[in-house]
Amino acid sequence: MERIPILRMGNFLLVTIQVDMHDKLALTLQDDLTAKIADVGAKGVLIDISSLEIVDSFIGRTLANIASMAKVLDAETVVVGMQPAVAITLVELGMSLPGIRTALNVESGMNYLQDTVVAYESSEGYDGDSDQN
Amino acid sequence: MANALDVVRKNQEGLLNEWLNGIKTNLRRRDLIDERELKSQSAEVLSALASAPAGTSLEDFKSSGWQPLKELLASLSASRAVQGFTPSETALFVLSLKSPLFKLIREQKGNSADQLYAEIVAVDDFVDKLALHTTDSYIHGRDQVISRQQEEMLELSTPVVTLWDGIVALPLIGTLDSARTQVVMESLLQAIVQTNSRFAIIDITGVPTVDTLVAQHLLKTITAARLMGAECIISGIRPQIAQTIVHLGINLQDVITKAKLADAFKLALERSGRTVTRVAKTGGPTPSTAREQ
Repeated sequence: MERIPILRMGNFLLVTIQVDMHDKLALTLQDDLTAKIADVGAKGVLIDISSLEIVDSFIGRTLANIASMAKVLDAETVVVGMQPAVAITLVELGMSLPGIRTALNVESGMNYLQDTVVAYESSEGYDGDSDQN
Repeated sequence: MANALDVVRKNQEGLLNEWLNGIKTNLRRRDLIDERELKSQSAEVLSALASAPAGTSLEDFKSSGWQPLKELLASLSASRAVQGFTPSETALFVLSLKSPLFKLIREQKGNSADQLYAEIVAVDDFVDKLALHTTDSYIHGRDQVISRQQEEMLELSTPVVTLWDGIVALPLIGTLDSARTQVVMESLLQAIVQTNSRFAIIDITGVPTVDTLVAQHLLKTITAARLMGAECIISGIRPQIAQTIVHLGINLQDVITKAKLADAFKLALERSGRTVTRVAKTGGPTPSTAREQ
């Protein structure tokens, strides 16, 4: 079955959506991602949707859900690289996604995650080589 | 009523002179058109009238035989619209053909009152339709000019300017409606992607009124920019507009608003880790510069 790969980088998870999202794929991503966050104890999730050109209200809601679920699991979510057309569509659909952090590109998204999590990291003493995967 | 047309064909030259005299005495605009041009235009109209194919009657205005004449009048009125004639002057140009025509018909058919009346009614009706057609084309020409200008304004009025690396500004001028907001929103978001800007300043100094609709459009644009990862600052809010916004109960709590574009720019610089400082005075006055931290 088609899956969206979830990459791990330190205590962050990277998700790059390169294909057209359909409802089932979005739900699979939601399952996989929550499982992975819990599994590796991730502190940050970065979702790159720069290749995503079509969204509907379901995908928008799933993104919001993923962010909320990650928050419950103590991980910060950043959605990066949203296309103008996608942004306009979401606004017209009335979904302003207030709970989601956004950034222009992967670089600034990663900077944001590092800034917010760095304090946490030092207090936890995480050394980045946990291999419980 | 081919008779009247025959009369026109036979007396084209005399009719033209009568017509020109009538135009000269009544409505000639010396500042807009010279005599030679007027004469050639009138002669063209008359010859188009005279060269209508056999079997074309004055009563049947929709007949294909009148097509060349209609087209000629349409182009004539379009050029007059550009030259600055008023619609009534353009229509009167055609209507002034009536009196020489009536005179001519009277000379030819003056002996029978019934026949004369029938001819005059037909010619009168025909010339009226010609004049209306001319006015219609005039208005159509004006409409085209207006819609072209509207499109041009839409294009012109939404420039996105880069103020600094990572900071773009959008000075809005004129009333915002749905169509314009769409263009504004798209060009701003496109510019954010292209320039990789984290800050966008929307300056509404040039927006005369802000009502709920305009505010809603602005909020939509800001939300869309936020979704893409850019922060929006609204600047150039005049005192009256601030009052209107509060009276209308528009919620701008989640939006950063500044009175002046300069304040917004300063905030954007600060948030991106830059400060504006004045260089220490060494003799002459030196301008303040933005410095990377």
